[in-house]
Amino acid sequence: MSTTVWIILAGAVLTFLTRIGGHMVLSRFERIHPRVEAGLNAVPAAVLTTLVAPAAMNGGIPEIAALATGIIVSIVAGGMMPMFLSAAAVLILLRHLTGQ
Amino acid sequence: MTADIAKESARPRDFAQGVRDSVPVVVAALPFGFLFGALAVENGLTVFEAVLMSATVFAGASQMVGIDLFGQKVAPWLIVLSILAVNFRHVLYSATTGRRIAHWGPVQRLLGFFLLADPVFAEAERRSETHGRITFGWYMGAALPLYLCWVVEGWLGALFGNLLPDAHALGIDFLLPIYFLGLVMSFRRRSFWLPVVLMSAAVSMLAYSTVGSPWHVSIGAIAGVALAAVMAPNARGREEGS
Repeated sequence: MSTTVWIILAGAVLTFLTRIGGHMVLSRFERIHPRVEAGLNAVPAAVLTTLVAPAAMNGGIPEIAALATGIIVSIVAGGMMPMFLSAAAVLILLRHLTGQ
Repeated sequence: MTADIAKESARPRDFAQGVRDSVPVVVAALPFGFLFGALAVENGLTVFEAVLMSATVFAGASQMVGIDLFGQKVAPWLIVLSILAVNFRHVLYSATTGRRIAHWGPVQRLLGFFLLADPVFAEAERRSETHGRITFGWYMGAALPLYLCWVVEGWLGALFGNLLPDAHALGIDFLLPIYFLGLVMSFRRRSFWLPVVLMSAAVSMLAYSTVGSPWHVSIGAIAGVALAAVMAPNARGREEGS
């Protein structure tokens, strides 16, 4: 097998270990401390925010406007699809208008 | 208990609901699956290697980083280490979602953790807010379409990468940040949501411009999680049960 295949398989094994590792460590404890519990409940918002923030930081007007639209629509309308479609529409429209 | 699990996972309604919940993310991930395949071939991978990577790693960002490094001919161990660095956040996903699927059988859990990519994790957490425990049927319904599409898209991208449309004009390159923002917003009723989001945003942007990518993800995430842990005892009454 080529080096590339070995690299891919090693990356796959390590990725799988990260995906079972957190659970394996945590399941050794009988009881979960309230602080740990609160920390884990914050994981989705914390991690997903880090995937958006740098993109917003590097974005121009269309990107910022799209994200702002997304925030407003999800507060007003709720649900994923209205937010997703309206933000994408604003993005495409402004990119065409600003020529960026 | 075993009978319970069998009954739960056999419920077709759960699986169908999972498939419905997976639609937005399948759409948002679509261009990236193609893009990965196309870039992989451009960076010297064979079609087989591109498909193998999508099928075994199943983590978009780390796959992109991996093939970027393949193109630069860096040392193999460095590529593997970079994939690990990008995917390190999955340790947190594992600990978080592990609580929701602790009632599954061992093989079911191994399969579930294998499929625990960003959107699968986020959809599972959303589901747990309304339904408590996650059933194996729902989880597979949400994760399998994404997995299968991801692998097929990688394959098609590797074969027909030169036919890709202008991703920028169609806004395709920015669909994932929008989708992730939608997910962030969907968790806004959780305790300490606003302080956690502000903390993670500030720290990840700071880390992005100082330490650099991909470390900003782990650093920003840990800052937000730590803030929630520190704030927890002061507001125990408001804490939601899980």
